Amino acid sequence: MIVGDLSRRELADRLAGEGLALQFGPFNLRIRSNLGSFASLAHQLYEPYPLPEPAAISDFHVDISAPRGLRRWLRRQACFGIDGQLPFAPYTIEHAFPALEWGINWCVATRAHHLLLLHSAAVERNGRAIVFPASPGDGKSTLCTALIHSGWRLLSDEFGIVRPEDGMLLPIPRLIPLKNQSIEVIRKFRPEAIIGPSFLETRKGTVAHVRPPVESIRRAQEPARPRWLVFPRWVAGAPFTLEAMPKSQAFLSVATNAFNYEVLDEIAFRLVTEMVRSCDAYSLVYSDLDDAVNALDKLSQASDG
Amino acid sequence: MAKPASENRRAQRLLFEALQAPEKLPALPPADWELLLRVARRNRLLGRLQSDLEQANLLGQIPPRAAAHLRASHNVIAHRQTLISWEVNRLLWALKGIDVPLILLKGTGYLLAGLPPARGRIFADLDLLVPEDRLGEIEERLVERGWFKTDIDPYDDRYYRVWMHEIPPLRHRERGTEIDIHHRLLPKTSHLKSDPAPLFAAARPLADPRLRVLAPADMVLHALVHLFLEGDPDEGLRLRDLVDVHDLLCHHGQEPGFWAGLALRARELGFQRPLFYGLHHAQRLFGTPIPPEVLRGLADAAPAWPIRGLMDRLIHLALLPEHPDYPSRLAALARWLIYVRAHWLRMPPGLLARHLSRKAWLRFRGFRKRIDLAQLDLKQQ
Repeated sequence: MIVGDLSRRELADRLAGEGLALQFGPFNLRIRSNLGSFASLAHQLYEPYPLPEPAAISDFHVDISAPRGLRRWLRRQACFGIDGQLPFAPYTIEHAFPALEWGINWCVATRAHHLLLLHSAAVERNGRAIVFPASPGDGKSTLCTALIHSGWRLLSDEFGIVRPEDGMLLPIPRLIPLKNQSIEVIRKFRPEAIIGPSFLETRKGTVAHVRPPVESIRRAQEPARPRWLVFPRWVAGAPFTLEAMPKSQAFLSVATNAFNYEVLDEIAFRLVTEMVRSCDAYSLVYSDLDDAVNALDKLSQASDG
Repeated sequence: MAKPASENRRAQRLLFEALQAPEKLPALPPADWELLLRVARRNRLLGRLQSDLEQANLLGQIPPRAAAHLRASHNVIAHRQTLISWEVNRLLWALKGIDVPLILLKGTGYLLAGLPPARGRIFADLDLLVPEDRLGEIEERLVERGWFKTDIDPYDDRYYRVWMHEIPPLRHRERGTEIDIHHRLLPKTSHLKSDPAPLFAAARPLADPRLRVLAPADMVLHALVHLFLEGDPDEGLRLRDLVDVHDLLCHHGQEPGFWAGLALRARELGFQRPLFYGLHHAQRLFGTPIPPEVLRGLADAAPAWPIRGLMDRLIHLALLPEHPDYPSRLAALARWLIYVRAHWLRMPPGLLARHLSRKAWLRFRGFRKRIDLAQLDLKQQ
């Protein structure tokens, strides 16, 4: 069963009652909200996402609701809650949706320490994955969005999740938050991409969410083996380059890029070593999405050889 | 029974049964696991459950999703233990040449002394007890060697320096870890007397002769004083701290003379009432084996009847875990009253009124402690 099987009304009832149970890759969430505006957006943007089995354990219980008491009447606000606690300052009610999406990432980043969490996007084709470790501003979300609308499957935009047992990447095909100019870039590059409303003047500027292709969401339980490590950097007007990177440098870059490398200690060292050993590493500088997509296609076809 | 009340009872039953009989956990249905994980996390007892199940070799027999949460908690705890041990190492390096006894308090002490409460316990900061007349020297040296005084407002700085039992925390520039340096167990303004000299005299050395931990009885008393007098109005009395006390009593209770010495020591230090409450509630909630004559001997430490009944009820309510979706107003009231009582015992009424009204004003101004979500880079977590 998927969210789209519920009517708008059923979805709102679940959000306002026991919570809407949703499956995002390895995690089951239970989302509550008393905001009608949130229910509409959730119905639209979460439509292809699966609901977990009724008896499944929910990993995170999150909430995006108007605050209780006086504040409710003073200002129209939305608070992000987890397990009944409100760890963050309230948002204006118009930003409830991006706040919840960000809050869910925060849950994963701060709690899922049974897995190695890289700060990276990842896509897959023919059973082989590219991992894009990057820092904010490197254009990882934009590149990732372009690729998943060009024949690649989305594994993840924010978290490269590595399973300690076998080093496989676990997909977590969540909505991709594009920021500022990236939104227009993608609209032009792939007019068919499904992009939610633009949220203006959030704390990160303008944000709009891309819904990944249905195929990526449907295959969210199929792990993939990492084959390439590509460190992307978007530089306005720069000529395209794709250069091999020494493994020693790739190792350091992946290790320092992980969310929880220190927490996982020896496990993390072993996983990153194995990943760097089995992947070809490149640094990529691009200003034009077509160049980047074509080059990565060639990389993949050479391997299909 | 109304749903919130029955759900709260279910949450409490799940947590206490899990702590007392972890061998029954493999039979727990998924819906109960889900609630147990949430309640255990809120009460900082996830690591404890992991450790119990690992000892019983049962981690493979629980739902994989539950096992994943426990493994995550185990990884974090192992990491924090490494950090704290390293921090102690760096502290000894920084204080080289300063001949002063350093008593490790709470979690740090349990860890370095290899005591049972360290098992599956999450660690926050490094807590130290040092002689008050050496504070300046120690603080100065640490600041020279990489720690800095955290940026707090002048009110808070004065609050610490003039009235408290510790100085404002020092944080390491690169590692970010905090050291809390205490010179006594309770604020200077407290109604309970708290002369730290006997604590230093009785402290026990660890492998490194500069490091000590409190003597067994003092360790129990400190854990109780911390539990009952350092409350937080939202968190209430931390069940985790009472689990520490339970572990310490089970462990030290085996030593000959421990029980007879405990009550005597409590009277000597003026902590007989926290001991009375602590033993009573540990026995009630965890079935801690306490010799009946110890409880009888403490009967005169109990307050007079109407107060005793009320305190009993309030402490119980403030200790009990809650269902995260059904917070109880009564428990919130109990937590608040216990918090006010703790402050009442910490400082004289005039000062208390000033201090609490300032705190209330900060709370009203809103969400002072809460972090601005979008300003946080996820990577920094």
